[in-house]
Amino acid sequence: MIKVEVDMTKCQHYGQCVFEAPDIFRLNADDKLEYTAEADDSERANIEAAVDVCPMQAIRIVE
Amino acid sequence: MNHPVVIVGASMGGLRTAESLRRFGYLGPITVIGEETHKPYNRPPLSKEVLANEVTHEAVAFEERDATADVNWVLGTRAVSADFEHNIVTDSDGQVHPYAALVISTGLRSRRLNVPNGELTGRHALRTLEDAIALRAELVQGKNVVIVGGGFIGCEVAATAVKLGCNVTVVHNAAHPMLRPLGSELAEQMQLRHEAMGVTFKLKRTVTDLLGVSHVEGVKLDDETVLHCDVLIEAIGSHANVEWLSGNEIDRNDGILVDSAMRVMQRSGHAVSNVFAIGDVARFANPIFDQEARRVEHWNIPTETAKRAASVIAAYLNKSDAYPAILDEPFKPVPSFWSDQYDNHLLAFGLLGLADKATLVAGDISGDCVFEYSRGDQLVGVCGIGMRSVVQSYRAKFI
Ligand SMILES: Cc1cc2nc3c(=O)[nH]c(=O)nc-3n(C[C@H](O)[C@H](O)[C@H](O)COP(=O)(O)OP(=O)(O)OC[C@H]3O[C@@H](n4cnc5c(N)ncnc54)[C@H](O)[C@@H]3O)c2cc1C
Ligand code: SF4
Repeated sequence: MIKVEVDMTKCQHYGQCVFEAPDIFRLNADDKLEYTAEADDSERANIEAAVDVCPMQAIRIVE
Repeated sequence: MNHPVVIVGASMGGLRTAESLRRFGYLGPITVIGEETHKPYNRPPLSKEVLANEVTHEAVAFEERDATADVNWVLGTRAVSADFEHNIVTDSDGQVHPYAALVISTGLRSRRLNVPNGELTGRHALRTLEDAIALRAELVQGKNVVIVGGGFIGCEVAATAVKLGCNVTVVHNAAHPMLRPLGSELAEQMQLRHEAMGVTFKLKRTVTDLLGVSHVEGVKLDDETVLHCDVLIEAIGSHANVEWLSGNEIDRNDGILVDSAMRVMQRSGHAVSNVFAIGDVARFANPIFDQEARRVEHWNIPTETAKRAASVIAAYLNKSDAYPAILDEPFKPVPSFWSDQYDNHLLAFGLLGLADKATLVAGDISGDCVFEYSRGDQLVGVCGIGMRSVVQSYRAKFI
């Protein structure tokens, strides 16, 4: 399992992460980010890609 | 022993290349040569939230990953020449670095005003962490700040300086700030929002002279207006860092021309199979729009181009059977950028600057809104203030 953490004080809800790992990140009806904090190892590449594209560098993979 | 992949430019593009090489299965040595003394860091906060608070490397540094723990960082050192024939790079310490593949990720530097009295102190630009530290120290309550250039960086700094209590005037050479990318309706609206926060604009004006004895005390505009200032910020665009590549037969007018595999093109029209350019310095065609090669100064491009180059390099150096197929893969990343100015959070996809028409398609111009950008009947971009889901939904149209 991988643990994902988003620093919500940094996140500006740009939703770039959603394109890279749609099973983990989504924007809710109010356009705010929601995410699943625990993911299967098979998601690692997608989550790393999401980390890369987050403009606020708000996403962290906590091992 | 195999020669390393040498990456010149220890920036976002350089870092993403190193990481991606590992991800694509290249296990050999990697050397990164960088002129700045820091490990790679994120530039956008330097005009926004970090400039408004405390500017430190820690606040902007990219997180380091285990996969790149064995990268050889040669920092505080400039590459002074590259010889594509003999596969070597020479640095400013006289060190010679032979390479198996070379990645050029040398980005841009700020363009500066070319006016009389240029030797005055108190002139700022904003590209590096040091620039931001020096500027932050001067953005103190009550100071008169003149920003030359009303592009995105100039406008973001204006917003930050206002937040810090400065009196801000922006001198811009067009009818509205950010006019070229945003189009007149949205650009004018952004101007109004800045004015409501207290920013003064001097539009369709340029600076012709600097005033002051040793420190800059003012600027003179082309209509003879004099603006008094304590701090002068020059945000008038940038130059590509390509001079160090002289001597190679390549096209380096406004960035380095590359093919769809990010391989540097020789003037003969052939690509160099082991030399790549990525990020802000790379000029490439994006078939989403047309066949014309352009530099794209959007934050997602260093990452996209780094991944593309790394996949090709890994296949090339690993002598993979898939190499020809990888070379032929199309490369059409969707450019994306954002900008934060006060509570206005802009998000865009595409290349707005190509448009000849911008149309309001959702929301209200005085509040949250979305504009569609088109060239003839081709959709080339979308930009919104707020309304994320609407802006997001457009991205699929470019893929
Ligand atoms: C203040 C600021 C705010 C920004 N805000 C946004 C934003 O909100 N949204 C957005 O989409 N984009 C933004 N950008 C643009 C974005 O930051 C760039 O697109 C990105 O930094 C480009 O990365 P790069 O790796 O291609 O090049 P750069 O970041 O320019 O890095 C190039 C590196 O190469 C080094 N170098 C140069 N020549 C040599 C040499 N000969 N030898 C060794 N090293 C060399 C340089 O010192 C530098 O460290 C902003 C940029 C700035 C400066
Ligand atoms: S990309 Fe970053 S800023 Fe944007 S929604 Fe995801 S976590 Fe938030």
